Amino acid sequence: MLTALAKRLGRLALLLAAVAVASFALMVNSPVDPVAAYVGGDVAALGPQQRALIVERWGLDDPAPQRFLTWLGNLVRGDFGHSLTFNRPVLEVIGDKFLTSLALMALAWLLSGLLGFALGVVAGVRQGRAADRVITWWAYTLASAPTFWVGLLLLYVFAVSLNWAPVCCAVPIGVPAAEVGPLDRLHHLALPAITLSVVGVAPVVLHTRQAVVATMASDHVAFARAQGDRGLGLVLHRVVRNAAAPALLLQFGSLGELFGGSVLAEQVFSYPGLGAATTTAALGQDVPLLLGIALFTTVLVYAGNAIGDRVHAVVDPRADHRRWR
Amino acid sequence: MTALLEIDALGVSFDQYDRGLRRRTVVALSGMDLTAHRGELVALVGASGAGKTLLAHAVLGMLPPNATETGEIRFDGRPLDVPARRALAGREVALLPQSVTFLDPVVPVGRQVRRSAELAGLPDPRGAATAALATRGLGPEVARMHPHQLSGGMVRRVLAAMAMMADPSLVLADEPTPGLPEEAVRAVLADLRRTADEGRAVVLITHELSGALEVADRLVICRGGRTVDEARPADFRGGGPSHPYTRALWRALPANGFGLPEDA
Repeated sequence: MLTALAKRLGRLALLLAAVAVASFALMVNSPVDPVAAYVGGDVAALGPQQRALIVERWGLDDPAPQRFLTWLGNLVRGDFGHSLTFNRPVLEVIGDKFLTSLALMALAWLLSGLLGFALGVVAGVRQGRAADRVITWWAYTLASAPTFWVGLLLLYVFAVSLNWAPVCCAVPIGVPAAEVGPLDRLHHLALPAITLSVVGVAPVVLHTRQAVVATMASDHVAFARAQGDRGLGLVLHRVVRNAAAPALLLQFGSLGELFGGSVLAEQVFSYPGLGAATTTAALGQDVPLLLGIALFTTVLVYAGNAIGDRVHAVVDPRADHRRWR
Repeated sequence: MTALLEIDALGVSFDQYDRGLRRRTVVALSGMDLTAHRGELVALVGASGAGKTLLAHAVLGMLPPNATETGEIRFDGRPLDVPARRALAGREVALLPQSVTFLDPVVPVGRQVRRSAELAGLPDPRGAATAALATRGLGPEVARMHPHQLSGGMVRRVLAAMAMMADPSLVLADEPTPGLPEEAVRAVLADLRRTADEGRAVVLITHELSGALEVADRLVICRGGRTVDEARPADFRGGGPSHPYTRALWRALPANGFGLPEDA
């Protein structure tokens, strides 16, 4: 057990190193000029001497491997660096933004998981009937719809035309933080969360449907029916657990897509979470912040997959080899 | 004495859609006849695809919605419509499978046996399940196991515990012996014989003529969805059965020299 855990952690360390090197290589080759991005509109007024000062202070002229090693050395001592765009320590920014995103991502994740599984079961049990056709058609439509487009559509219908939802942000504009209630937050959360859940719902529906169809055609369901089991009892006792295993594995494995989707969804809704911070960091050449976010999401996705493995093994004991690999 | 199960000219066909909306009808069964009395073991023998399992599904009211049925199925002299068959399934009529695929792979065995007891309408399902396993030599540690952890013999005992839970008077044993070693085949067939001797009607659905000849009181031979012959094991001694297809099946047995059908 302990050696297995050590093996997992070793793999995570290797993965983190690879992600850090790749992200850093992409950043130093980016065409965005960090000084211009930092200074913004006043870049024209910036004299060459001042520019040279900033470059020197940030160490931008050092060779890339040296910059990377400096960053790595600080990281090992627990210093993730200082975000240029937010002018705060990277860990603070990530912690802050992640808490804002957590509500959004958790709600979207639960919504897509529960809704997707329920619809998948209904479609699978009613295979070939009207309900199945409607649900499958809907899932294919969602699977082919880009997140940002769905977000814009919902924004247009519910925020602009119907005026039911706010058009942006995580909290009402111009209201002191102390006066923002949980209902206000939920109100601002609803549309982005629905948009984000749309990304994940279609695969869950389609995979669950397939698992249910296969289970309904299996020998053990035939035996249960021969014993007089049918209807809801049959589905609850003999089908749901069989279909839950692939759905859970898929849902835990999709944390990466969830994060990728949140980058787009938060952009559309101006929701100040981790996804939006990623965009800001990339456009502002904020190398420490972007590397920090990359490492953080790597841990998140890795943990999601590891949990998915374990949960899958609990639901379907055939997958449990009593080994952590 | 009326037969417990009487199947009279049973026909089953399926409506299917192929290529767009063109409908076609596939005839699966056309004229199956079978009777089984209490205390009798009747073997339904035929090659794969002859419609043997479909007959069992028809008796249990398990045909899919696109199936159309002709003929009649009577239980204890009473004609059965589909709802009546479903009401009997799991109570008076039991399917007795033998393969591990008939157990739910992700649910512990004990819970599945308990569900059988619930479906059988027993007052104390949990106690009944424990007792049914115990009488077959399976303790509480087996109840906590999952099907993939059981040996073949344990699987068959668990399935028997589930199938016999409601003390059925008619048992349909579907393909009980393929792929089993010789002594396991004998044990399964002996169990079925005992089940019949206890006063139940047993229909043994099989494509293995030799096993059926050892234990059955009567053999019903089917081919291509219809029954073609009915014979007693005694008819297979000496020169062999008289019906050409039954004869061909019999001559194809290893002991009879793997003979090919005469009309082939």
